[in-house]
Amino acid sequence: MKMIHSLFLINCSGDIFLEKHWKSVVSQSVCDYFFEAQEKAADVENVPPVISTPHHYLISIYRDKLFFVSVIQTEVPPLFVIEFLHRVADTFQDYFGECSEAAIKDNVVIVYELLEEMLDNGFPLATESNILKELIKPPTILRSVVNSITGSSNVGDTLPTGQLSNIPWRRAGVKYTNNEAYFDVIEEIDAIIDKSGSTVFAEIQGVIDACIKLSGMPDLSLSFMNPRLLDDVSFHPCIRFKRWESERVLSFIPPDGNFRLISYRVSSQNLVAIPVYVKHSISFKENSSCGRFDITIGPKQNMGKTIEGITVTVHMPKVVLNMNLTPTQGSYTFDPVTKVLTWDVGKITPQKLPSLKGLVNLQSGAPKPEENPSLNIQFKIQQLAISGLKVNRLDMYGEKYKPFKGVKYVTKAGKFQVRT
Amino acid sequence: MSAAPAYSEDKGGSAGPGEPEYGHDPASGGIFSSDYKRHDDLKEMLDTNKDSLKLEAMKRIVAMIARGKNASDLFPAVVKNVACKNIEVKKLVYVYLVRYAEEQQDLALLSISTFQRGLKDPNQLIRASALRVLSSIRVPIIVPIMMLAIKEAASDMSPYVRKTAAHAIPKLYSLDSDQKDQLIEVIEKLLADKTTLVAGSVVMAFEEVCPERIDLIHKNYRKLCNLLIDVEEWGQVVIISMLTRYARTQFLSPTQNESLLEENAEKAFYGSEEDEAKGAGSEDAAASALPARKPYVMDPDHRLLLRNTKPLLQSRSAAVVMAVAQLYFHLAPKAEVGVIAKALVRLLRSHSEVQYVVLQNVATMSIKRRGMFEPYLKSFYIRSTDPTQIKILKLEVLTNLANETNIPTVLREFQTYIRSMDKDFVAATIQAIGRCATNIGRVRDTCLNGLVQLLSNRDELVVAESVVVIKKLLQMQPAQHGEIIKHLAKLTDNIQVPMARASILWLIGEYCEHVPRIAPDVLRKMAKSFTAEEDIVKLQIINLAAKLYLTNSKQTKLLTQYVLSLAKYDQNYDIRDRARFTRQLIVPSEQGGALSRHAKKLFLAPKPAPVLESSFKDRDHFQLGSLSHLLNAKATGYQELPDWPEEAPDPSVRNVEVPEWTKCSNREKRKEKEKPFYSDSEGESGPTESADSEPESESESDSKSSSESGSGDSSSESENEDQDEDEEKVRGSESEQSEEDVEKRKTKKKKVPEGKGEASSSDEGSDSSSSSSESEMTSESEEEQLEPASWRRKTPPSSKSAPAAKEISLLDLEDFTPPSVQPVSPPAIVSTSLAADLEGLTLTDSTLVPSLLSPVSGVGRQELLHRVAGEGLAVDYTFSRQPFSGDPHMVSVHIHFSNSSDTPIKGLHLGTSKLPAGISIQEFPEIAPRPDSSTSPFSHLLGS
Repeated sequence: MKMIHSLFLINCSGDIFLEKHWKSVVSQSVCDYFFEAQEKAADVENVPPVISTPHHYLISIYRDKLFFVSVIQTEVPPLFVIEFLHRVADTFQDYFGECSEAAIKDNVVIVYELLEEMLDNGFPLATESNILKELIKPPTILRSVVNSITGSSNVGDTLPTGQLSNIPWRRAGVKYTNNEAYFDVIEEIDAIIDKSGSTVFAEIQGVIDACIKLSGMPDLSLSFMNPRLLDDVSFHPCIRFKRWESERVLSFIPPDGNFRLISYRVSSQNLVAIPVYVKHSISFKENSSCGRFDITIGPKQNMGKTIEGITVTVHMPKVVLNMNLTPTQGSYTFDPVTKVLTWDVGKITPQKLPSLKGLVNLQSGAPKPEENPSLNIQFKIQQLAISGLKVNRLDMYGEKYKPFKGVKYVTKAGKFQVRT
Repeated sequence: MSAAPAYSEDKGGSAGPGEPEYGHDPASGGIFSSDYKRHDDLKEMLDTNKDSLKLEAMKRIVAMIARGKNASDLFPAVVKNVACKNIEVKKLVYVYLVRYAEEQQDLALLSISTFQRGLKDPNQLIRASALRVLSSIRVPIIVPIMMLAIKEAASDMSPYVRKTAAHAIPKLYSLDSDQKDQLIEVIEKLLADKTTLVAGSVVMAFEEVCPERIDLIHKNYRKLCNLLIDVEEWGQVVIISMLTRYARTQFLSPTQNESLLEENAEKAFYGSEEDEAKGAGSEDAAASALPARKPYVMDPDHRLLLRNTKPLLQSRSAAVVMAVAQLYFHLAPKAEVGVIAKALVRLLRSHSEVQYVVLQNVATMSIKRRGMFEPYLKSFYIRSTDPTQIKILKLEVLTNLANETNIPTVLREFQTYIRSMDKDFVAATIQAIGRCATNIGRVRDTCLNGLVQLLSNRDELVVAESVVVIKKLLQMQPAQHGEIIKHLAKLTDNIQVPMARASILWLIGEYCEHVPRIAPDVLRKMAKSFTAEEDIVKLQIINLAAKLYLTNSKQTKLLTQYVLSLAKYDQNYDIRDRARFTRQLIVPSEQGGALSRHAKKLFLAPKPAPVLESSFKDRDHFQLGSLSHLLNAKATGYQELPDWPEEAPDPSVRNVEVPEWTKCSNREKRKEKEKPFYSDSEGESGPTESADSEPESESESDSKSSSESGSGDSSSESENEDQDEDEEKVRGSESEQSEEDVEKRKTKKKKVPEGKGEASSSDEGSDSSSSSSESEMTSESEEEQLEPASWRRKTPPSSKSAPAAKEISLLDLEDFTPPSVQPVSPPAIVSTSLAADLEGLTLTDSTLVPSLLSPVSGVGRQELLHRVAGEGLAVDYTFSRQPFSGDPHMVSVHIHFSNSSDTPIKGLHLGTSKLPAGISIQEFPEIAPRPDSSTSPFSHLLGS
């Protein structure tokens, strides 16, 4: 399985700004096939991830306005490559705080060092962030100042030990003065609501993100009040699968720092509470150049919590020229080029429900749009896991100190769409 | 090679003077001369003694490489720094070296000695990194050095270095494929490695160098299965994919049994199955091919693979989940494939590229195994924000999943999609509706009506697509749909899309007898606009004219001739050809009479209705999850997924000679394996499906038991007969210890293992301990080789209550609860855990003097029967680790009875004992009841 032969990073305007080869050099011209496919696709999202060319295969991902295009020569599971490319992008994000062209260009040497460690002869070698950070220290302002004065480097001079151990995800010799373990239970509601307001499809997708800053080799057990809620779970490799199977307890030696402990889905048999409703009336008149737009948002099953951070995004039909709307709350923008209407609502106060009304200007002469646009809604509810999932307790073994522990719950809208 | 030292002597030492010579090196000169000045200062920086300057220079050089600029003229200046002390400079030099060594082979040789030195470094990480860079330099001349280094590293102490060696194998192979045989030797050696670190990398090397040498896997198969869960994610994908292929060559198809059963099942059951036509056909064939085959029993190794991969469905890595999913799809019995659906649906929340790949695979799977995704139908509903390529794939899946029951929901959903702004998507939806209509007869009319309504859609593309689909649907039952054809005929005035126009004309021509009045009129209009039409439309006009001429020549004769004349002078020669051909055929002439008599048959022959089927049909002949499957074309280096063998190859090839332990207990496998042998002696263990199904292993055991021990009732199924006796003995005596180890591993309980003390004691005479083990497990953590005891034999030493305890697996002792509820408290309710412990040890009596036995300390006591379970009677036992004084070939075992109940215990005696070969018990008389609850030690002997 000769995996990744070469990698090209390409920005939105089609400049190849970084290339890395793990075997013989492949000419940049191979990217022409990619550009061709990109042109054929209406937008960036529709560039096929796998492109076949006469001598190579190109497997690409699109992340943060960048294309990661890898060159493959022989059969390899496409997901293997895609998964790896995303892992590369995650690593850049982790190291530089953002995965952007500027960040990559500014840190090109670190990027190169990282790529060198992550793949050997095209096969993944070290992809765990904890190991990489031992090999190559992430840049910080302080360090770059110090480095420029002392001439020391950002390459770790101690050789990584994690790679050699049975727990490759954790580096050795971790030390903190304040030992802390935080868990964020984040749930997202994916839903499709139909015209009449009834739920076509709804599901809760959750993750538990952890931020663990504990010295030594802590062995943690996290238990839930109601673990049966979790229908389908995927685990970070550190979790002991057998313990979960037998006791429904998450038992693990954590990586150091931030990581995703589990993702889960709450069984779709359960009824999903939909925290907001939308009243909408969008109409376009036949043979006239205007239409009416009127939406109101209200709280529904919100468990007595405040719904905040509400944003409504609507992709209006192409014939819409402009919109003249009045929000009772928050502010709205309409981009006449992309035809995207964004209404930043903020919080819902039940006394006065936020609404957005007004006129839509259509291109004159054009036929009226066939369909009404669907509304994409974002919101956030703090201190609530909508599924009712509750962490029971966190125990630590293997170390003597008392860590500070914290759990935070938040519910968000995932892919929440209202058809109109 | 001879050039290398020369260089290092001449130029290696003195850096400066070398440069001008390379200045006119073609690689560096010419185009890049403008850079030359700048490179000059880089060279100066590299030549200084200051690490910071060198580092700065190297950083700038690496930045150049990253941008794709040529920096090859700096090679000599850079390569000198290969031995630099500063680790970052060194790393960047490596980066440079690997990039340009191929172009500057001679100079690259300068660096080799540094790496050779590195290979000997005491630090494993330096050894590994030296090997890594050395093997990455693509210079053919160093092949022998690489080979040597790889061989050496493959037997390195450090698993990390061995891993690096595995990585280096494909590199060397791509450089010089003549080394294959030698490399295979190294691969074979590394495949035997027991560490998780190496496993993934060596299988990757195997796949690259010698995927056809499936025989190398046999001995490592079980180990790989057991290690799998602890291997890193990338390795897991490679191993799973390889094992899928392996299983296809070594095991029998798990569905062949089903096909036999289904063969007899009533056909009505099949009627609803989508894959009926194909499935039934192949099953017929299969069934007739093996009429007298024995009922299928899954090979335990096949089961092992399925069981050990299943937890990986919960991996965070999409690639691993997909790998397991394809394994299940290709290897699991129909009833078990369903488990993968949930995990695959989960991946649909991931990045859009992941969705794209997963949906392609789900589309293929959903054709074969529709049932498994049906519960997740709604997860494939489409959002307006999905990218078009995702929408179309989801649509494909929804269409595949549609059936009699869910079709109303699906159609309602489709109705929403038709109004989408994304027209490509709408077109795909119309196609999907067409497919639903053909597949599900019940909704055909509904769909057709819906499509006809779409004909009045404002968007021409929608109308055109509808026409095309309607045409296909009408072909199935034209008689009833004269109205629709009339409706379509009217559309010719408005609709401009050529494909749609052509479809309408074809329909009118084909079914002109249903619309006898309209057809000629349409032809009239078409004749008028003939010259302005697209080519496909023109062809259909000729077609329509010909058909009308044949059926209704009175009205259309002139029109037809007019059209044919126009066509005769068309620019397109296809159309001219067609016109000439048609004229000859339909218009009777002197010469062509023979053909024109058959013209009607030619033009108006009944045509079979087109089959609307998924483009994903039959894609599963490619291994799912592979690049080839995605492209629906064989990619370079694709390994065909072999068909199941007709007859199972010999499963004993996977038996491992030196058994080892792993963390994973493969309990069921052991059960299945062992039962046949116990079934004779233990009537109580329920008959199992495999009981009579492993003739090969039975015979194996027969030969063995007879060779090892003459005793008839023993059935020692040791597969390792070839082992020398010593080993056997040791194993036998250690078995009880090792079994405890297993227990400890699982429970994390700290128990004092039985020491080696009794090992020696039992050693002396008992080669009895024919403990065998088919477990091929490894434990990395434990240094010592622990031998497994597969002798999980019940030796009911003194009771008849043992039957209550069914099969206990050695490896799951903690799960075992002793047969608890016994109405009476008989003299001995003895849990079989003693039996398990009695590997090679057995009870003997001592009517002999108790003082001969060493005093019993509580330390080594094992519980045989708990106080609660025994209703007051507790039984413990201890191995005294001393030879039994009465017979040097025996060891003593202390059994302690303590009665905490009110009622006295009477009649303690030894029941009938069924003992394995080579074990015997010294009988002892009934023990008198004791009023006090003190322990009563007495011993049993075992001998050979």
